[in-house]
Amino acid sequence: MEVAGQTESAAPPLTGLRNRHLLGIADLTAEEIVLVLDTAEAMKEVGRRTIKKVPTLRGRTVINLFFEPSTRTRTSFEIAEKRLSADTLNVAIASSSVVKGETLVDTAMNLEAMAPSMIVLRHASSGACHLLARICKAAIVNAGDGMHEHPTQALLDAFTIRERKGRLKGLKVAIVGDLLHSRVLRSNVLLLTKLGADVWVCAPATLIPPGLQQMGVHVTTKVDEAVEGADVIMMLRIQLERMQGGYFPSLREYFTTFGMTEARVKRAKPDAIIMHPGPINRGVEIASEVADGAASVILDQVANGVAVRMAVLYLLAGGTDEASA
Amino acid sequence: MPVVMDAERISRALTRIAHEILEHNRGLSDLALVGVRSRGVPIAHRIAGDLKQITGTDIPVGALDITLYRDDLMGASVGITPLVRKTEIPFSIDGRTIVLVDDVLYTGRTTRAALDALTDFGRPKSIQLVVLVDRGHRELPIKADYVGKNVPTSRQESVQVHLLELDGVDEVLLEGKE
Repeated sequence: MEVAGQTESAAPPLTGLRNRHLLGIADLTAEEIVLVLDTAEAMKEVGRRTIKKVPTLRGRTVINLFFEPSTRTRTSFEIAEKRLSADTLNVAIASSSVVKGETLVDTAMNLEAMAPSMIVLRHASSGACHLLARICKAAIVNAGDGMHEHPTQALLDAFTIRERKGRLKGLKVAIVGDLLHSRVLRSNVLLLTKLGADVWVCAPATLIPPGLQQMGVHVTTKVDEAVEGADVIMMLRIQLERMQGGYFPSLREYFTTFGMTEARVKRAKPDAIIMHPGPINRGVEIASEVADGAASVILDQVANGVAVRMAVLYLLAGGTDEASA
Repeated sequence: MPVVMDAERISRALTRIAHEILEHNRGLSDLALVGVRSRGVPIAHRIAGDLKQITGTDIPVGALDITLYRDDLMGASVGITPLVRKTEIPFSIDGRTIVLVDDVLYTGRTTRAALDALTDFGRPKSIQLVVLVDRGHRELPIKADYVGKNVPTSRQESVQVHLLELDGVDEVLLEGKE
């Protein structure tokens, strides 16, 4: 017999997020993170249907305001919005025209005048989303602000790990790469430690930000030590565009010392998974054989991003009351 | 709090409904049951069990979550988003007779949402509706094909369905005016 849904529990159908914006993982409790991940499971099912669309956000307008280049995150948000039937609008502004402060506020005020329900913001300045959250009626979703946070990336990473490993608690997660410039690192460390993972981070000493030890992670410059017995290897991109030189002698030397090769992966658990938020620099932080290998879940991360962003948009939409006006 | 149905009455009602489904459809070849989460799902499984006992045929059972189709979701609601659960319909509904199963029929809005949701999965030959309790007060032109029990209620009352699978006990209660 074909059977479905027998593991149902009668838990009280609760809740949304306490905050009406998603500015960072720092603001979320462990329970809220789990709520997002559980909701994303249901959203993933929508993506498997022939008709990949539900009417949930009908009549809501979502503005994707991107002050930095992005392929993955912007398209992922846009697909998520469309699958929930929101009206979407993309405002892409070349990074060169951006100055912090008034320009951003003015842009936001003008967009706000058109009464969007939500603004998805990516900006080169850390804290840009917090600024907009203070002045906008729309719910703000952080799609990456400077070197601060990229919460939906951390949520989709957690979703992917949980999907493969069934849990996060107690897993050894090795994060290797540019720790200094990475908002993905920050959000991931906050999330993974909240959910009880054992997090190891590794980079050349020049790319380790001060104060990282205080975030409850093991910090090392020895990649073999970080990878040893790991359940998850998460590579971070070497962010050449944010580097004004001098962090390490050459890309080739970086690859030799820190690049994820098949030999290094062998030190991890046999069923370890390889992750990367993209875009990948082949032959810099990761070998092509590893990026394309059987243990790689890099494209699953991209696929899961849509479901996770649908979950975030859904949970935040319930929290805004302007639709009743 | 008055008990409207006990375990035995629930069981007899569902067995009767299974017989009615058989009689009405003259066979089960293209039939499938879809329960509306949460309590429609175990009820659908029980009806499938009864149909199996009567005919020896396995009937596919799916689970439908209608949260994303609700019409009260984005209105004046107060910052609470109902939990979205997975829809699991592991078969094609195209050309099939779908028997939709829910615990209580009240305003009809859940059924409206369920019909919209089902339509997104394909084009069934027909959709029929089973409810364990019909308590009246319809706000939409919707009517059940199979009813466990009609329970006259006032709008101030609430009907609580408890099922063994989810609540540890089989009973239908009518909670009085507050």
